[in-house]
Amino acid sequence: MKRTIITLVSLALVVASSACERRGGGGGAGDGGPIKVGIYGDLSGQTSSFGQSTKNGALMAIEELNAAGGIGGRKIEYVIEDDQGQPAQAATVVTKLINQDRVHAILGEVASTNSLAAAPKAQEAKIPMITPSSTNPRVTQVGDYIFRVCFTDDFQGAVAAKFAANTLKAKRAAILGDFNSDYSKGMSQYFVQEFTGSGGQIVERQTYTQTDADFKGQLTAIRAANPDVIFVPGYYGQVGVIAKQAKELGIKAPLLGGDGWDAPQLWDLGGAALNGAYMVNHYSIDDPSPAIKKFVDAYRRRYGGTDPDAIAALAYDAMNVLADAIKRAGSTDPAKLRDAIAQTKGFAGVTGSISINENRDAVKPAVVFELRDRKFIYKETIQPSGGETAAAPAG
Amino acid sequence: MDTFVQQLINGLTIGSIYALIALGYTMVYGILRLINFAHGDVYMIGAFVGFFLAHGLGFAAEPSLVGLGVTLVGSMAAAAVIGMAIERFFYKPVRKYARMTTLITAIGVSLLIENLGVVIFGNAPRAFPSLVENKQYALFGRATIDSTQLLIFGVSVALMVLLEWIVYHTKVGTAMRAVSFNLNSAKLMGINTDAIIVFTFALGSALAAAGGVLTAQYNPTIYPLMGIITGLKAFVAAVLGGIGNIPGAVLGGLLIGAAETLVVGYGQLVGIPSTYRDAVAFAILILVLLFRPAGLLGTTVQEKV
Repeated sequence: MKRTIITLVSLALVVASSACERRGGGGGAGDGGPIKVGIYGDLSGQTSSFGQSTKNGALMAIEELNAAGGIGGRKIEYVIEDDQGQPAQAATVVTKLINQDRVHAILGEVASTNSLAAAPKAQEAKIPMITPSSTNPRVTQVGDYIFRVCFTDDFQGAVAAKFAANTLKAKRAAILGDFNSDYSKGMSQYFVQEFTGSGGQIVERQTYTQTDADFKGQLTAIRAANPDVIFVPGYYGQVGVIAKQAKELGIKAPLLGGDGWDAPQLWDLGGAALNGAYMVNHYSIDDPSPAIKKFVDAYRRRYGGTDPDAIAALAYDAMNVLADAIKRAGSTDPAKLRDAIAQTKGFAGVTGSISINENRDAVKPAVVFELRDRKFIYKETIQPSGGETAAAPAG
Repeated sequence: MDTFVQQLINGLTIGSIYALIALGYTMVYGILRLINFAHGDVYMIGAFVGFFLAHGLGFAAEPSLVGLGVTLVGSMAAAAVIGMAIERFFYKPVRKYARMTTLITAIGVSLLIENLGVVIFGNAPRAFPSLVENKQYALFGRATIDSTQLLIFGVSVALMVLLEWIVYHTKVGTAMRAVSFNLNSAKLMGINTDAIIVFTFALGSALAAAGGVLTAQYNPTIYPLMGIITGLKAFVAAVLGGIGNIPGAVLGGLLIGAAETLVVGYGQLVGIPSTYRDAVAFAILILVLLFRPAGLLGTTVQEKV
């Protein structure tokens, strides 16, 4: 039986694999020809909203850069690969981008587990890789060619914990995490550190897997522990259902999560059950700053009225950080490009000022939202340095 | 105590779904001695047909019992047709060969349906609309039962009673039992065995589709590979109850559902994390095969050599 299952699963994987989208072509790897960027992400799997947003954000940046004459006269070409949200597939497509497409740099992934699977391939080949939105600290620890333009989970988890303790005045927290996700594990770990450090208590810890059809078992156990807040550091596909089933069990404690929630499908699955939940994210599209407004308007025009989520905004920023580094390096030579990315300081991105630190991470503030009726209502911004919070201007 | 009762309700809810799917496994096995591995995928098809019906006929916008009924019956009918087609085009041509051939065919059909599903629908999960308004009813303490759970219990019991009636109180049911007892003798008695086999597939597939639509009311995420793990667990349920035995499939389904939910709820107390819920089903399978291969309600038939 076990063998049958393994056979079934592996055969399914083989047959299901290999859908890819390709644009641009030819192009020498030398310094003269076009600049080739490889983008990989989950375009068709459990977290496909992430891949699609990454693709949209990055492509918009590339179109703008090319419309402005490219970088130093060189046009940007791109190759997009679908990893279907599977770590092994992520490693495979990145190997392909490096060996077959001979890209100069790589953008991707969103889910940390997939970035962790693919990053060693980029590191070995010494091709710079920027992950727009993988937040697990271990991703950039893979090597000196791996960067990110977002904050990390030691910060994000702590922000969630601070928000729970200070704003929600929660004393008892329960955690419901994704068992196989590095993102979820990291978030839980840092949430616990900060929450217990500030005198709170973790009253119940439960996990699930992405194929679970039912979360009521976990939620019932959590309900019995009487938490003030339930921390759910997972991805939207499960979080929506968890919110629905929590409501069905009459759970009143608010759910709290991170950037993994950010997808329109969250609302399709969770609906009104999500009202009153809180979420930590990278930026707010309602932010009145001109840079964000300009980006949001351009994105809506380009993609038929779709709002750019944080994943799209970070991909846009990642591509522009890369372009900026190529400009400063004056070359696509991997070592020079790597150094230029590492020296990025105060780059004005849509999601805030991006400075790459010695760990190749960006240090940026986080925003907390309340979810209500398919809207993210801005609550507060939490700065990375300490605990100082800026109060929400209107609610 | 209320938490335990709640977990039991949770477990029996998914257990009812496993039972509905397990019935299809067990009926087909009873008649053809074939483990129809594509059965879990018929469950998936049922959910998808329901999804398109609910959206196409506008039930998604306005939840009502009528909408649910139409969606449920529609997807059951569609799945029955698909089940019959699977039998006619894949299993019938290889029926005369060794049993291993049909088993491998079944695995092939399963993979075919799953990957066709990925090609046609895409692998990204879709959100199945809620067709009934969800209400909670307090039982005692903090234990509650909600309308979706009541719906799943109600529809499952109704379908099982209907199946019981078909199998034991109708002519076609008598024929099914005869074919199950001995296919060749049944044929000699003038029973159109081909028709009975097709009917069995239709019946089992319809039950699986009902399971698909009901699950989607509980957990709205549907995707082409959703039938793999649920199908396997329903298969384990059928084996646990005694494959080929109809009450056994129901009992097995409920037991597997309850067991995995109790693992989630109480496993941590004895050091088993909640994610071992799937492992529990397969551990049960191993134990059953080791100690009671005929299953809980199955009878051991001595084969003459």
